[in-house]
Amino acid sequence: MSRHIQLTETHKLKHFLSIEGLNKSLLTEILDTAESFAGISEHQVKKVPLLRGKTIVNLFFENSTRTRTTFELAATRLSADVLNINIATSATSKGESLLDTIRNLEAMRVDMFVVRHALSGAAHFIAQHTAPHISVINAGDGQHAHPTQAMLDMFTIRQHKKQFEGLKVAIVGDILHSRVARSQIVALNTLGVSEVRVIAPKTLLPAHVRSMDVIPMHDMDEGLEGVDVVIMLRLQKERMNSAFLPSESEFFRCYGLTESRLQRAKPDAIVMHPGPINRGVEIASSVADGPQSVILQQVSNGIAVRMAVMTMTLGSHGGTA
Amino acid sequence: MTKILIDNGHIIDPANHIDDSGCVCIADGKILQVVSRPADFTPDETIDAKGHIVCPGFVDLSVRLREPGHGQKGGIKSETQAALSAGVTSLCLPPDTKPCIDTPAVVEYIKDKAEAAGYPNVYSIGALTQRLDGTELSSMFALKQAGCIAVSNAHSALGSLLILRRAMEYASSHDLLLMYRANDASLSGKGCAHEGAVASRYGLPGIPAAAESIALAQCLELAHLTGCRIHISQISCKQSVIKIQQAKKYGLNVSADVAIHQLHLTENDVIPFDSHYHVIPPFRSEEDCHYLRDGLANGTIDAICSDHQPHDLDAKLGAFPETEPGIASLESLLSLTLDMAQQHRVDLTHALASLTQKPAEILGLNAGALTPGFAADVCIFDPKQVWEVNEHTWHSAGRNTPFWGQTLTGRVTHTLQGGRLTYQWRHR
Repeated sequence: MSRHIQLTETHKLKHFLSIEGLNKSLLTEILDTAESFAGISEHQVKKVPLLRGKTIVNLFFENSTRTRTTFELAATRLSADVLNINIATSATSKGESLLDTIRNLEAMRVDMFVVRHALSGAAHFIAQHTAPHISVINAGDGQHAHPTQAMLDMFTIRQHKKQFEGLKVAIVGDILHSRVARSQIVALNTLGVSEVRVIAPKTLLPAHVRSMDVIPMHDMDEGLEGVDVVIMLRLQKERMNSAFLPSESEFFRCYGLTESRLQRAKPDAIVMHPGPINRGVEIASSVADGPQSVILQQVSNGIAVRMAVMTMTLGSHGGTA
Repeated sequence: MTKILIDNGHIIDPANHIDDSGCVCIADGKILQVVSRPADFTPDETIDAKGHIVCPGFVDLSVRLREPGHGQKGGIKSETQAALSAGVTSLCLPPDTKPCIDTPAVVEYIKDKAEAAGYPNVYSIGALTQRLDGTELSSMFALKQAGCIAVSNAHSALGSLLILRRAMEYASSHDLLLMYRANDASLSGKGCAHEGAVASRYGLPGIPAAAESIALAQCLELAHLTGCRIHISQISCKQSVIKIQQAKKYGLNVSADVAIHQLHLTENDVIPFDSHYHVIPPFRSEEDCHYLRDGLANGTIDAICSDHQPHDLDAKLGAFPETEPGIASLESLLSLTLDMAQQHRVDLTHALASLTQKPAEILGLNAGALTPGFAADVCIFDPKQVWEVNEHTWHSAGRNTPFWGQTLTGRVTHTLQGGRLTYQWRHR
């Protein structure tokens, strides 16, 4: 089995499953392509015919509103036909039915699966078992990866900071359970930032976090000192009052992003969040809605980045693009 | 009285300290004489073992036959055939069949089916607790009378340390060996990969090595308290090796085994999410693997087992965490053992002892040796024969092996069980 299942023989993007294994020039190509699409949303007619005649299936085994919507908008703006399939995880807890679902959709001659699944490796599994003409985009698998989210974050960072070299980035919150953080870490390091800090109590950091080329820190004030980018992660409610965390108020006291804390970062630091935000849990409203927040720009950039990835993957095997 | 002569072989019989060229003489299903032949011995049948190694048939401490209860994965007939083709002439069946081995009826059923399949040496391991649910002791005495060779918790957790203590006291009252798979369920949780660098990076739920070594430490303490003879099954990490080494040093009556694939594969092999590498306990770090090999070489780990777990295709089709763990590993057992011995300079006789003499001693069986008078369970193999793992060479119903399609070196060419030639390699 190829270790580079995402790439064609000529090193084009066939699937987009994880940032892992992609080099800097490919990531830059995604960002540049997204840049070219960014203007389209401002046009009167928000459509280009690049993927006309293609059928894209949003296959969501886990609920999501924002990610699915932006994928849908991206596909529509590229003139593709979109099918949204939401499958409650309980109905397909077995791999056989996951594969059956894929086989059935294949039989309908679709061109792309956008997959979200609660288990790590699900997108890889589908990519390994699907027909050769179909591209798979990972829209989040378990705790593994969420590569389009990471790329829209990179896009947003580049918009504001122009380049990655020399940047110090802090990622704060539940790194352990976060596929977003895992993809961001790999993307940031591949694009050449000078430092990635992950700030959380040990209960929310992976056991071998040091092997991920990051600096683990437990003190928020110290961690924010002099950073260019602050990325806050969403804290799932079920982590509270458990063995992971004692309470929301304790978390906010230690790791909540407040205006006064943000002052430790560089004056032009930007604040990011993959959403949806928990106001008063990981971030204060004044910061989320404040001048340094780029949270809503992330959302709009998500469409352009997903358009870029869709055209690149479908274009890699003799598609329209 | 049928007489068989295995001639011109290189005989390695660790239990009897034989490492010599010569012959093995078999009469009436039993070993008659080894290395030289009696003057009046006229064989009815001769097997030429030139260029081959002749050793005792292997004794495997953990082989899932998938019967009763998991017919889609394999059965007594297919898996005992796989065992014979792997040179395994005695095997232990863990109790997690369906129904589990907690009543004499299940033991009898397995015995009957095994005999019908022409493989009499299936040794059932009884369930330590009823239904393997970890709360009430099983009828161990009845299980022993029915033929169980030991008792075990298999992969199931025990309800409390008190249950483990009582099980040890009760098992030792009936002189039963307790085989224990060390795992603290609360620490391993829903993990599916070693909690290390790879699981951290790829977001796979992890199982820390401490889930094993902590449960192991508790078990050793209780063995000390109760005087029960225990065997630790399929250890996987450095701390387990160290703890067993210490326990042995202080005179505790404990033995241990390791699954053959743990001596070869590590956490790094799991990516990109290949379910054939999904095993429990999980493949651990390079360092753990190194300690396991050292532990085997210095005798801390007594035996190598296949930990054979055949699966149907569907069991391995899915996102990595939801696939079923386990490898169909019987038929790669010899090749991987030879490879490990060669690459890591483990003496071949020592490596073969861990497949023959040592497991037989752990079980108290008159097997695993070419001792005159013992049943003639013999394995003949060609250490240089190269073969490919494919549908023509494979016998197990389970094709769930990471080595499928690969080329392995070292092949069993003949297996004799009770003096009967039960397997012969047909070279294609």
